[in-house]
Formats: sequence, structure tokens, C-alpha cells
Amino acid sequence: MTELLRADNLTRHFKIGATLSRRTLHAVDDVSFSIGEREIVALAGESGSGKSTVARLLARLYKPTGGQVLFEGKPISAIRSRRDKLRYSGQVPMVFQDPFSSTNPVFRVSHGVLRVLKLHRPELSARERQAEAQRVFEVVGLGADMLQRYPHELSGGQRQRVGFAQALAARPKLILADEPVSMLDVSIRIGLLNLMTKLRDSEGVSILYITHDIASARYVADRLIVMYAGQIAEVGPIEDVLAGPKHPYTQLLLSAVPDPKAPPPSAAALAAAVGERGEPPKVIDPVPGCRFLPRCPVSTDICGKVTPELRVLTATREIAGAAAAAGEVAVATDEATREVACHVAQSGVDVKAFS
Amino acid sequence: MLEVSGLTVEYATQNGTVRAVDDVSFTVGRGEFLGIVGESGCGKSTLLFGIAQLLSPPARITAGSVTFAGKNLVAMTDKQLAAIRWRNLSVVMQSAMNALNPVKSVGAQFADALRAHGVSSRKPIVARSAEVLRMVGIDPVHLKSYPHQLSGGMRQRAMIAMALLFTPDLVIMDEPTSALDVVAQRSLMVQIKELQRELGFAIIFVTHDMSLVSHFSDNLLVMYAGQIAEIGGTRQIFASPLHPYSRGLLEAFPGIRGPKVPLKGIPGAPPDLSVIPNGCRFLPRCPLKMDECATTQPALVERDGVAVRCLLYVPESLGAAQ
Repeated sequence: MTELLRADNLTRHFKIGATLSRRTLHAVDDVSFSIGEREIVALAGESGSGKSTVARLLARLYKPTGGQVLFEGKPISAIRSRRDKLRYSGQVPMVFQDPFSSTNPVFRVSHGVLRVLKLHRPELSARERQAEAQRVFEVVGLGADMLQRYPHELSGGQRQRVGFAQALAARPKLILADEPVSMLDVSIRIGLLNLMTKLRDSEGVSILYITHDIASARYVADRLIVMYAGQIAEVGPIEDVLAGPKHPYTQLLLSAVPDPKAPPPSAAALAAAVGERGEPPKVIDPVPGCRFLPRCPVSTDICGKVTPELRVLTATREIAGAAAAAGEVAVATDEATREVACHVAQSGVDVKAFS
Repeated sequence: MLEVSGLTVEYATQNGTVRAVDDVSFTVGRGEFLGIVGESGCGKSTLLFGIAQLLSPPARITAGSVTFAGKNLVAMTDKQLAAIRWRNLSVVMQSAMNALNPVKSVGAQFADALRAHGVSSRKPIVARSAEVLRMVGIDPVHLKSYPHQLSGGMRQRAMIAMALLFTPDLVIMDEPTSALDVVAQRSLMVQIKELQRELGFAIIFVTHDMSLVSHFSDNLLVMYAGQIAEIGGTRQIFASPLHPYSRGLLEAFPGIRGPKVPLKGIPGAPPDLSVIPNGCRFLPRCPLKMDECATTQPALVERDGVAVRCLLYVPESLGAAQ
């Protein structure tokens, strides 16, 4: 797969507190990942894990404290001129979480799309802009008559589709979708998720899908990045990660996903869940060491001293076999693509922290 | 213990009245856990407020009764209600951020509730407050904390602790976990269930996330457009949902285990309650619609212990459909 965007050691700190109590919040710390062409990458993590900050760094809304982002091989920090900025924001647009506040209530929804077309594709004539607006509306599953509506006349799902239509109008290569479905009702979420896969398959767009909902991530994404406390805990093809999570945090996250089709959990599993009430830390002036340590049941001495780096797991394990034995889908496993930031997993131990 | 019968709530709007809750009846037994699920705008929160008598104009209960421990709450005066609230029946609101008073410490808010019900000396107030906080897994030092000093999960726990001050018979919860992430959400659910087992109170739990209650509630009420679409045992509904809407809701959840299958969700949008159709309210979104659905309003029919509002299960139309 051709690489579209790469983040190298991306870091973003925020200064908090007054002059005398100045401290540093490490929202994103030394994060490296890549997004390929025609790929949906899910970025999952708890609230406060830094996933939205990553999206804003990629969208150039924040400047990184350290590290860099390469888009099509060129650093985005080199973008200076208005023209280049415009081109980049057209190629990498954002779709926001709240469809109720991301559309302007006083204009018809066509206004937003036409404006994007005027800004990003000045070569189009007025008539071509109209035609193109209709085309993108049809791609996202809205009729052309919807263009004349006001945002308040649309349902939440339709408004979120308008958000995608606006992003699509500028002929994007990568859409940064920050929790695009979390405010929508369950019954219409699936429609939006299907739209995202359609954009990848027929429009060739890559999507960074930021979510805390692992099940929806599995439904649309090719690869999964799990973030914890500003760092990446685990990366891999999503089916692999779900079939055999290596990082204790990934295991915790997966064990907490409610599954209505599964039998009720055992009393022991429930008792274990009561004990697990830790919360993701706010990373203020961190010391070296694993950030998951306070919640980790399998930690060793080194975890408190050295921050684990994200590394490819070298030991090969029969994940696919184990999954098949458990009555699940067998997944072709290529361990070389799995990266984990955990000392214990890296030492070759098969971590079983939460089940 | 709680019997809701024929409860109807209407909102007076500029364009006429909107019936947000339409003839809803159900009962909750002692120590029972009832989950109420539905989409935004289906009237589930209005129903809850109607039960707790917390509605304020333009909403109004126009018919029906809510009988709690033998007394009709709808007919009660504010004074009579005040005596019951907190002591016998308490409510945990959706957003603890807004429900807790930001300028008072948690302990002061607990003390307020206790004093309102006649516990006036300091010692028992502090002792009880510390006890309930410990019950929900918060260190009692946080009695001195202000809401902003607690994390989202802790605030929700504090709200639940407050609801348990008098060990009520019924706790009504309106999406208490919606602001939390999955890990915190699950641990809170487990804890609620644990407390229920210890203390024996009944729970009405309102949520839009069906999967959340799947392992915790005894009974499930699926609401659609102000009406009960289906009500019955939780496991039974999850195993074999009868109403096309419940079926659609269940199928709209992608799983994290098992084979990956394409899902369709439910087409269309939740209905506008100000325009009540002649026939079934789910008709525009229903994959199994029949001719008579457009003209006949389905009633709740009983089937294998589950009540469902769908013409598919009315005997004479069953033949017509096949």
C-alpha cells in the first residue's frame, strides 16, 4: 500500500497553570504512524487519550511541539503560502463530531458546499459548481433537493452526511473524521459507517476514523491504532488486534465492549470489572515509565523505570489457531505488522491481563 | 411496587399539542431492573420525568396514573412528593456535571438532602455520607471535594451515592453512563448491579444503547415514537426480538467478535411526534410492512410473555402476510 501520510515522533504539549505553577500537559507524546492510500485507520482510545489532538495536528490546527507530519512525502510544516494551505486543507478536511454545531444555521446547506467549491476549485464555473454540489450530495446519499434545505430541517444523520459532502467537495485524499457518529442514534449510525466504506471504495479516499467505539471501528477500518495517555499502545490490522490484543490496555478496552449477542458474563468476570475502576491519567509533567502501570496487573520492575517504545513484536504466535479454536473467525496473521508498546509483551510473554 | 398505567404526556407547542408519551403502561417489581431503550426523541426521558413527577410546562400529564407503593404520584401535591423523593424514590440524572451544584462541596449537597428529610445532627450526616460514598467506591475524603475536582466517572458515582442516601425502593436513572468511555461505563454498570443485589432496590434505567443493558436488566422496554414497541424479558428480546424495530436496533450493532457481516441499520429517521399517522408509527421505516399497517394502529399483543405492538402478531393479519 502506498503511504499517504506519515507522522514521525509527533508530540504536542500544552502549557497549563499560571506563571508560578507552570506545568506541561503532554497531550500527544512521541507518536508515529502512517496512513496508506485508500485506507481507513481507526484511532481509538478513552477520552483524554490525545486522539483528537492528533487529528488537529494533522489538520494543521495545532503546531506540533516536536516531530513532524509528512503528507505525500513532504513535511506539512513547510506549508507557508495561502495557496498551499488551502490546497492542504482541501486534501485533508475534517468532519466534526457534532453535526448540530458544525453547519451554519442561517444558510441553506448548499452554501457550505458551494463555498468549499469556490475556495478550493476556483476553476469551476457557477453552473459546474452546482452540478458538482449535486454530485457530492448524491454520493453521500442525500437527494439534490436537500441542497435547498436549512440545517434545522435535516435530521442528525443527514446533517452529518452534509459534513461529509462538504469534505468531499474539495476532492480530499484523507478525511479526518473525529467521532463522526457518536452523537447519532444507533439506527442511523450504520448508514454513516457504510458511507465511509463507500467513500474509500468508490472515491478512493483514506479516512482517519477517531472513535471510542471499537465495534464500529472494526466495521469500517482496515487498521487500528490504540492510544493511551498520549501515546500509542498498539497498532495492527484491526482483525488481528481484536483477535489477539497484545497490550494489556487493548485487552482491557476490548473486554469492556458490551456484546449483546454474547452470554452474560460470569460472576468472576463481573467481580474483576468492579475492581477495575482506574481512569486514564492526565499526563502532566510525566516521569519515565509505562503510563498504564497503575492499572496494569502484569507489570514488572522495568515498567516503572523505562517508558516502553512502540516496537514490532518479533515472537510469532498462533493467534489465528487460537481464535479458530475459540469458535471465532480465523484471521491470517502477519506479526510483522503488529507493533506494541509494552515491556512485558515485548519480552515474549503472552500477556493475558483482562479477558 | 411501581405501576404505570395509561400514562400520557403532552407538550403544548405553537403548532398544537405533541404527545411525547402515549398510553404507556408497565409495572416494576421490588428489586427489578427495567431497561428502557429508544432513540432520541422517542419520549423515553419524558416518560421518566413523568414517572418521577418532574415535568414542567409545557409538558403535562394528560392521562394515566403512576402508582408507587400504593399511592398515585400524579395526584400528589408537591409537599407530599417532597416527602417521598430521595427517601423512597430517587433520580440519577444524565449529566452529573449539570446535576451537581458546582459551588457546593459534595458533602454539603449530601447534607442538604439528608437535612431535608429530618436528619439534622452533624454526626449521622457525615457518617451516612461517608458510608454511601464508600459503597460506590469513592474515598470519603471527597466529601470535601467540589464537583470540578472529580473526574466524570467519579461524579456519576457521587450522583448514584446521593441517590442511595436513604436506601430508596426505586432508583430512576437517565443515561447515567452516556458521558463515560467503555471501561468506566462497564465498571459503573457492574457496580450498580452489585449495589442492587446488596440493597434490593428496583431500577428503571433509560438508555439509547441497547447493548449496555443486555447483561444487566431483567426486563426491557423498547420505546418508539412515544409508545411501547415491545416489552418483556431482556434475554428473550435479545434472543428473538419480535418487533421489526427491536430487530433493526439489534442488527444495527456491529459486533467485535464473530464474522464481520454488512449491516443495514434502519433506514429513515425517527418520526416527528407532532404528526401522528393513522396507522403504525414505524411504517415508513419498516422492512416488513403490509397494506393494513397504513390504516390500522396496532395494539400491544401478548406473545410468549412478551408484549409487542405490531400487526405481524395479530392472528388474522398473520395469514394475510404470508
